[in-house]
Amino acid sequence: MSTLAIDKAGPSRKVKYGSMSRDRTWALRWSYFFLVLFAIFFLTPPVYMLITSLKSSAEISAATNPWWVFHPTLSNYVELLTSNQFLRFFWNSSVVAIAVVIITMLISIPAAFALARMKFWGSATLATGVFLTYLIPDSLLFIPLFKMLAVFQDYTGITLLNRWYVLLFIYPTLTVPFCTWIMIGYFASIPKELDEAALIDGASWLQTLTRIFIPVALPGLIAATIFAFTVSWAQFLYPLVFTTSVDQFVLPVGITTTLIKGDVFNWGQIMTGALLGAAPPLVIYAFLMDYYIAGLTAGATKG
Amino acid sequence: MADVSLRKVIKRYDDVEAVRGIDLEISDHEFIVLVGPSGCGKSTTLRMIAGLEDISDGDILIGGDVVNDVPPKDRDIAMVFQNYALYPHMTVAENMSFGLRLKHYPKAEIKERVTEAARLLDITDLIDRKPKQLSGGQRQRVAMGRAIVRNPKVFLFDEPLSNLDAKLRVQMRIEIKKVHQKVRTTTVYVTHDQVEAMTLADRVVVMNKGRIEQIGTPNELYHKPATRFVAGFIGSPAMNFLPCRLEDVGGTLQIRLTDRIAFALPPARAARYNALPRTEKLLLGIRPEHLTESHAHLEPGVETFETVLDVTEPMGMETLVYFGLDGTPICGRVNPNAGAKDGSPMRLAMDLNNMHLLNEATGVVL
Amino acid sequence: MADVVVERGRVARAAGARKGTSLRNALGRKSTVAFFLTLPLILLIILLVLYPAFYSVYLATLNKAMTKFVGFGNFTFLFKRETFWMVVQQSCIFAITAVIFKALIGFIVAHFVHNIPAKGQRKWRGMLLVPWVIPPAMSTLAWLWLFDPSYSAFNYTLSFFGVGPIPWLGDTFWARFSVILVNVWYGAPFFMIMYLAALKSVPDQLYEAAAIDGANWWQRIWYVTLPMMRNIIAITTLFSLIVTFANFDIVRILTSGGPLDTTHLFATWAFQVGIQSNDIPLGACVSLFMVPILAVAAIFILRDVSKRGNEA
Repeated sequence: MSTLAIDKAGPSRKVKYGSMSRDRTWALRWSYFFLVLFAIFFLTPPVYMLITSLKSSAEISAATNPWWVFHPTLSNYVELLTSNQFLRFFWNSSVVAIAVVIITMLISIPAAFALARMKFWGSATLATGVFLTYLIPDSLLFIPLFKMLAVFQDYTGITLLNRWYVLLFIYPTLTVPFCTWIMIGYFASIPKELDEAALIDGASWLQTLTRIFIPVALPGLIAATIFAFTVSWAQFLYPLVFTTSVDQFVLPVGITTTLIKGDVFNWGQIMTGALLGAAPPLVIYAFLMDYYIAGLTAGATKG
Repeated sequence: MADVSLRKVIKRYDDVEAVRGIDLEISDHEFIVLVGPSGCGKSTTLRMIAGLEDISDGDILIGGDVVNDVPPKDRDIAMVFQNYALYPHMTVAENMSFGLRLKHYPKAEIKERVTEAARLLDITDLIDRKPKQLSGGQRQRVAMGRAIVRNPKVFLFDEPLSNLDAKLRVQMRIEIKKVHQKVRTTTVYVTHDQVEAMTLADRVVVMNKGRIEQIGTPNELYHKPATRFVAGFIGSPAMNFLPCRLEDVGGTLQIRLTDRIAFALPPARAARYNALPRTEKLLLGIRPEHLTESHAHLEPGVETFETVLDVTEPMGMETLVYFGLDGTPICGRVNPNAGAKDGSPMRLAMDLNNMHLLNEATGVVL
Repeated sequence: MADVVVERGRVARAAGARKGTSLRNALGRKSTVAFFLTLPLILLIILLVLYPAFYSVYLATLNKAMTKFVGFGNFTFLFKRETFWMVVQQSCIFAITAVIFKALIGFIVAHFVHNIPAKGQRKWRGMLLVPWVIPPAMSTLAWLWLFDPSYSAFNYTLSFFGVGPIPWLGDTFWARFSVILVNVWYGAPFFMIMYLAALKSVPDQLYEAAAIDGANWWQRIWYVTLPMMRNIIAITTLFSLIVTFANFDIVRILTSGGPLDTTHLFATWAFQVGIQSNDIPLGACVSLFMVPILAVAAIFILRDVSKRGNEA
């Protein structure tokens, strides 16, 4: 009797185990299958950029298999990287992005410190205001800003329109609110006892900021820096509106306007330019992925 | 090193009074523990001494100087926080020396002081580690080291052991006591744990609802509590309180607990309570260790009664017994060999020589 | 004795008065410091965000030469133009469709990534976020090339299946489809990363409890995952709605609004009218039409974000 019962229980239990692990194996296979599909969808454009950038104009116009390079050449890269104009775009973009990062940090960090730690009249309203400002898109402000700059020029004689450095004033409107917002979150997550300990140790508020808060919130600072850099690097609408001379262009505007000559599209060069333009954010992303992602998700999870 | 005085110190948050007029004299070298339930104002008091909170009224003196408006860094105090508040990006040595470095002490002296403090706390090997690499107990030592290095007039501890597990807490408790014996700095220590208070303090300040209930040595608080709050707060398991009244039976003063149970008071107690009105509603306060199993040779003043146990908790060296008298839950401590069992009847002895009599309405111990 | 008492009282009063003023000074110092720390931020917001926003309203009430006040003239002019209503319609279709697909694809991909062993997740996540990292102006150029009328790599591939050639950007339907496709491609990874972060924050015990209660995988998603992620889904979706609604780069580079203005969004049309055709007031007027929907989305985001703040 007892042996019979064991006999019955044994196989049925085995079957159950088998089916569960088989379920899991299949779920895993399906996951990988779909992930490969989505990866193809997500990576096709950048891969296609790379493929095209390695082709000569002759190969492109021959309309052979577009997904394959038959005669790989670096001529597009050589041509662009020796073109003063392209290097000028790259230089403008770099200077603007780096300067904007510095300006953004100089504004955001003190403000976030004050908003996170010094409760003062209107501080809560200001914090909310900062967040709302972050939600105002560039496409709402480019026309009045354009007119403002024109009027400013008429009154003061200082030319800002069609100068690359005008972007140093404009880009912070896109970077400062978000960076302040996430820095408020990072600063607020520092235990209050830490600044009290610093206070008892004899630190002034400036020393508390520079020697305690900034080092402790360094991951947040890196995330904010990456955000400010990538936003400045990628911005397209403002430079398109505020700069018109070729020597004042930043990369996105330069590539989209100058490499397209009339109806002649030199696709090999355009793709090379686009790839080079995408390179700095991609490199930063590759090396600092965790900070990049922390910055992305911080907007909704912090503060 | 210095004495600390609090004179009619009041702390108001908007309309709420968190601390309602505290008077406290702490003498040099003394180890004072502020104890009480959460929200009793003990931490606020400590933070006012530290200068982290402004005081709403009254005066705080350190070493004879009024420090009401002196910022924390100039009060010459050091504080150890519950969550340690170590600077996570600095090594242990950097953490300990931060205050000295801010004050631009000579490098050699900083090194000497850090080494000395590390040796005292037995953390010399950890000096180059970051707080993240340390265990809770080690972090606690570093936090104390940071305080010692500065050689302040007063040490302030804000629930420093609450984040540690029970075993480590006992160990660190002894450690703190040892350190105090060596450095002899005036210390104010806040905790909600009455065992910590009793074991560490020269004098304990029991606080409740923003006021001081009683100040005294651990023994005074245990044996001569002034109020029902102190009587109930100090000691574990807590003191039992039974409604009772006094009555005169045949010339002797009796205390009646239930219709069934009444005991004649020992002569000393009878003399003490004789003047009380017989109609007054009273509480008998008796600690569990004074409710034991009955045996043959009872001392005078020890009275026995029969009860049925609800639950028993064997603790090893003793057994806690729980039962009810007229609906009041009572706890007693009996010998593990006395045969106490759940649901079984037992004869217990109450040592009336160690009883307390309280006024039920005011909570004052009579 | 009495003298002493009086003396004491005076000292106490003096001490009280001294404390009062210095406390006020301290408060004054603190808020003064805070004010100076936030001053650059306040100036930036006022001068370069708030002022232009109101200036835009003022501009919208001027005539083309900006010499005369015309009140709601520009608005009534727009209401009469067919193109305007087409832009309104296309902006809504574009934003809503794109956000729905971004949210769906993001959710599905996040689930698959969450499903695979933790060791490989980082690699996949890193790969799948690439579209979001490339500046949209750059990646849209690649799409433009993929959609090229004569050399389209898509049409080349489809021709093997006997499909096409598809006029990706030449025909109204396909052009609208294409701009949405590119936007979904660009934005879905953002949703994925947000969902993935949210999925990781759901405690495993909840799934185990649900499994013990006999829930199948679909019930686990419906009763455990979705409710736990509701807030982050709402925030991400609303945020994406704002960004998508105000999109400029993709449409500008891919179609410039064509064919026949059928793919214009508010932003690209405002650019064409205000900057390219030099009618600044009309351009300002067009972009102002974005405000209502942006405001509604912003209010809801603010509510959800502060709710999250309270939970934490």
